[in-house]
Amino acid sequence: MTTITIDRVSRWFGNVVAVNDVTMTIGPGITGLLGPNGAGKSTLINMMAGFLAPSGGAVTLDGQTIWRNQDVYRTIGLVPEREAMYDFLTGWDFVLANAELHGLSDPGAAAKKAMATVEMEYAQSRKVSTYSKGMRQRVKMASALVHEPSVLLLDEPFNGMDPRQRMHLMDLLRQMGEDGRTVLFSSHILEEVEQLAAHIEVIVAGRHAASGDFRKIRRLMTDRPHRYLVRSSDDRQLAAALIADASTAGIQLDFTEKALSVQAVDFNRFTELLPRVARDAGIRLYTVSPSDESLESVFSYLVAS
Amino acid sequence: MYHPTVARLTYRALLGRRRAFIMFGLPALLLALSIVVRALVGADDEVANNILGGFAVATMVPLIGVIAGTGAIGPEIDDSSIVYLLAKPVPRHTIILTKLIVAVGVTMAFSAVPTLLAGYILNANSQQLAVAYAIAAAIASVAYAALFLLLGTITKHAVVIGLIYALVWESLFGSLVAGARTLSVQQWALAIGERLGKGGYILSDVALPTAVVLLVAVTLAATWFAGRRLRALTLAGEE
Repeated sequence: MTTITIDRVSRWFGNVVAVNDVTMTIGPGITGLLGPNGAGKSTLINMMAGFLAPSGGAVTLDGQTIWRNQDVYRTIGLVPEREAMYDFLTGWDFVLANAELHGLSDPGAAAKKAMATVEMEYAQSRKVSTYSKGMRQRVKMASALVHEPSVLLLDEPFNGMDPRQRMHLMDLLRQMGEDGRTVLFSSHILEEVEQLAAHIEVIVAGRHAASGDFRKIRRLMTDRPHRYLVRSSDDRQLAAALIADASTAGIQLDFTEKALSVQAVDFNRFTELLPRVARDAGIRLYTVSPSDESLESVFSYLVAS
Repeated sequence: MYHPTVARLTYRALLGRRRAFIMFGLPALLLALSIVVRALVGADDEVANNILGGFAVATMVPLIGVIAGTGAIGPEIDDSSIVYLLAKPVPRHTIILTKLIVAVGVTMAFSAVPTLLAGYILNANSQQLAVAYAIAAAIASVAYAALFLLLGTITKHAVVIGLIYALVWESLFGSLVAGARTLSVQQWALAIGERLGKGGYILSDVALPTAVVLLVAVTLAATWFAGRRLRALTLAGEE
């Protein structure tokens, strides 16, 4: 169980503030670091990986300062965003070198296991320079996993991967999260984070915009209308009963979907109201589902505000 | 203090790149020149001294030093592949020392050894010129490698600055301004060559004790500072 703590961290480059007073805790399981390009995600990951000193605040790994502390790399595995590797080596030599640099007792076995985990054995004797982007990404992943770290930091790991490779990497990360490892990955693509991370941290323009389960984050934004799709035994009667309450801003009878499209303005009140109204009117609810609870809408809201 | 994996990576990076051509080309040029001169002029101490002093030690050694010293670390920092080396529990001074050892070894192999061979070809080590220049080249290799390794950790333009130092400062300035010669790795190394060679052919502007102190001081300071640079190496994001 390893935790990275970011405590009131800022980082500026000259006059530009890249990360502005961010506080967050990254614990076991998968955390998605979400934000548009240039939001400060890489800056934050570089600080967590010990490759950048915070201008203010502290970045620690289980209480140990990360900056200028090479011992943290026994615990941390890093998958950098940059493509550059030791291209003149074969994939195998590269991963083996990483295992040796970690001082592992049996680097050969560790490299073999890591190569198998990312399913790159078939190309391990080819030079890295001949690899596709997805293959490079997997070998980078193997190099980060070779010492079985309890913390894995990945900067935009899905960039340049085809859908199949993406699925494979997602499965791999899920497995690592289930094993109790602390996995943090950054992305500017909403579907990726949505599919993989139970917990997200949103960074917008260097600021920590939101934190938590993305549905929970959504609920925190009470001033934002929520849309629900509701199917019931009597849609029209239910609509009439719901619109009477102030928590509902608009209701539409959707004939193609054969459902009600409800726009709620007060999330908590609406979730209490709906079952009560249905019960009182003797209406059976068949479906109640949020219709725009995608990360996309959460994100666009955060960016806009 | 020495990590075999770091050494292997450094050595393969050094000899695998295009710049390796220069490292093979310069010694080949020196040997070819020596063979031609010997065939045309015969064994002549004066000529041998001019070639070994003027080309081997004054030009070839610093050029190879620039290529090996900066090449041992610069390209890795430039393309940030050094992340894979640094994201490991390996002490930073071990990384620097290992890279220095590889850079020194490569510089010696491609400069001191050909210098010795060229000396034997030119005048069969008459007046101890071949041995004296080869030892001077070997000693200069250590200081150059340390200096240019440090340069590689400081600036992206390490090769250019290294070349300017090697060619403009040591060769041109050194021959025009007397003071510049005191601050020249080449002159320090020649002070040792002066002691070893016979017949008064090898001359240095720096006294031997001063030269030894400066060689040791520059090598140690450069290595220490390079380790410090590496310990606080910052990778800015691509944003």
